[in-house]
Amino acid sequence: MVEPFTITDCALSVIATGEKAYNLRDLHDRLQRLDDQEIMFFHFWDGLLRPDFMDPEYQNDFASWAVHDLHDPRLAERLSILNPGNFPTMRSLRQRVIEIIEDRMDEGDFDPRIDAANPFFLMRSQIVIFDTRKHIKTPEELGHFIPHMSLGSIFYHFIDACRRTKSGHNDFSEWLWAWDDHHRRLGYAIAAMDPYFKSLMEIREQLGNLFSRHLGVTSTPEQNLEPSAVNNGQ
Amino acid sequence: MTKMLEQYASVVGDDIIDSLRLLAEPLSGMRVVHVNSTREGGGVAEILHRLIPLKKELGINASWEVVTGDADFYQCTKKMHNALQGDDEEISDELYAHYEKMNAQNHERLAPILSQADVVVIHDPQPAALIQFYPERKSKWIWRCHIDASAPHRPVWRYLEKHVIKYDAAVYSLPAFAQPMENPLYIIPPSIDPLSEKNVSLPDDEIDRVRNTYDIDPERPVICQISRFDRFKDPVGVIEAYRMAKAFGPPLQLILAGGGAADDPEGEEVFREVEAAADDDPDIHLLMLPPDAHRTINALQRIADIVLQKSLKEGFGLTVTEALWKGKPVIGGNVGGIRIQIVNHMNGFLVNSPEGAALRIRYLLTHTNRMAAMGNNAKDFVIENYLLTRHLREYLTLMLSIISGSHDRIELSRQFQ
Repeated sequence: MVEPFTITDCALSVIATGEKAYNLRDLHDRLQRLDDQEIMFFHFWDGLLRPDFMDPEYQNDFASWAVHDLHDPRLAERLSILNPGNFPTMRSLRQRVIEIIEDRMDEGDFDPRIDAANPFFLMRSQIVIFDTRKHIKTPEELGHFIPHMSLGSIFYHFIDACRRTKSGHNDFSEWLWAWDDHHRRLGYAIAAMDPYFKSLMEIREQLGNLFSRHLGVTSTPEQNLEPSAVNNGQ
Repeated sequence: MTKMLEQYASVVGDDIIDSLRLLAEPLSGMRVVHVNSTREGGGVAEILHRLIPLKKELGINASWEVVTGDADFYQCTKKMHNALQGDDEEISDELYAHYEKMNAQNHERLAPILSQADVVVIHDPQPAALIQFYPERKSKWIWRCHIDASAPHRPVWRYLEKHVIKYDAAVYSLPAFAQPMENPLYIIPPSIDPLSEKNVSLPDDEIDRVRNTYDIDPERPVICQISRFDRFKDPVGVIEAYRMAKAFGPPLQLILAGGGAADDPEGEEVFREVEAAADDDPDIHLLMLPPDAHRTINALQRIADIVLQKSLKEGFGLTVTEALWKGKPVIGGNVGGIRIQIVNHMNGFLVNSPEGAALRIRYLLTHTNRMAAMGNNAKDFVIENYLLTRHLREYLTLMLSIISGSHDRIELSRQFQ
């Protein structure tokens, strides 16, 4: 018997570290000095939960700053190719960002001490996690519920999960892998999703489509769900 | 679900409201007091008018207190406000002493409430010195700075820093506005209330009535700026932009409308400067509106084809989001919070001069399809990012973070059993 899937939600508190980089040299120095994994997580992932226009091309804040404020598209392209999901830790990701910046500074075709149009503000966040008291018993019920999930829940189970789970994958896949082959295949399909060019709304929609395609479930208005589908656990 | 929360659910969806209720549960019954300097006029008062009742509906024992003062007090706090925004303001020792005396008088009046609070949120410099009267406090005190303090006039900041350093946390609207301090610096952008008088949908006949009242020609294009009459909002620059754009042919009309605020003694003086600049042009409508003219402002924004917010300095510039919510492209000064509300060609334009504003006015009036598309983008952007429910969620999260001891991960089920 597989344990029910507990739907959790989250919200972020955004915190300014007070550190800012006026140019590329500054940014390099600050990244070397500030060994805080929350800073890297913030600038690579937390943008999904921040009020801002999504940059359609440069998904992490470093790449976006490089192109919009440093006006250095070559550096922006190199930073934009980084997939944070491929790094075992935020520290290793930070090291890679530092190396890319060093390589760019070594090319010598510009002065890395020239100020950008706007400084880069190094930020971090706190995450507040809370139980929605909704417990899903079957994958089909989860498929029904996905379209009604808050974006905070999508962030928690799909993005934040990658640094909590042993496999480094999302909570949905981890849960589905405990079921039979049919459901495990859905778990692998979800694990193969690339979240990095999508907003949380688009991720939620793609998840709904995958559940629909694999299990034949369609979105159900939350109020019409069977009592067993969403158990408030009280 | 309570009635007010139900109304918001109809705009933002049930999932958002459910999340708010769950986040607020550990804060149920807590006494949270907000303190600012005016109940009417300005963005802070507008936000508090809605945030407080919503917090109450979520079970929080929230209240709102206002510090009072005389003309010298407001003169001092206006200078502080301008100095935080970078103006070269000198404040005499006598004026500082008066500021502290007024804070001491307000402390005597507010002590029974503030000493019983679990969380106190002090808005802007006016009541900032209150904290010195609570050295043994167990409650959490938060300084909420709505001003761009990124490049303050240093002597004034050094004075204020003596007070704000005592707070458990500071909150700014943008990271760019923050002055580095030892306190945690939280970032919470402001928001608009989609159900307030200023933003709610209006019937066509009400909009027509406002148009007739102010003698605005429905057949000719209208640009408007809604702001306090404040030099940092550059109303004279808006008139220059209007004249430059009009010289190319469009039969433009300009509305410059705003109210004073009880804590702003300069409003009338700036209004007179703007009157002189308008030079009796019948197509420039200068409207000094009372603080409660919310529906009129709402109608004026809907009457306009293009909304301007050509500020030279800006805390956040919520009037930009108000106009975006009404589906209007906005031409804004490339400063402060306006920079994150407007994206060129997406929902408006950022400009750096009256000439830039004139150029974009001409562009939009000659590309009406683009103007309509940008208006549609504008409303979607506000729905996703700048409504009051997002703001409330961030306040709840902030309180939970501070009360729980500012850990990186806060699990409510464990830490607030």
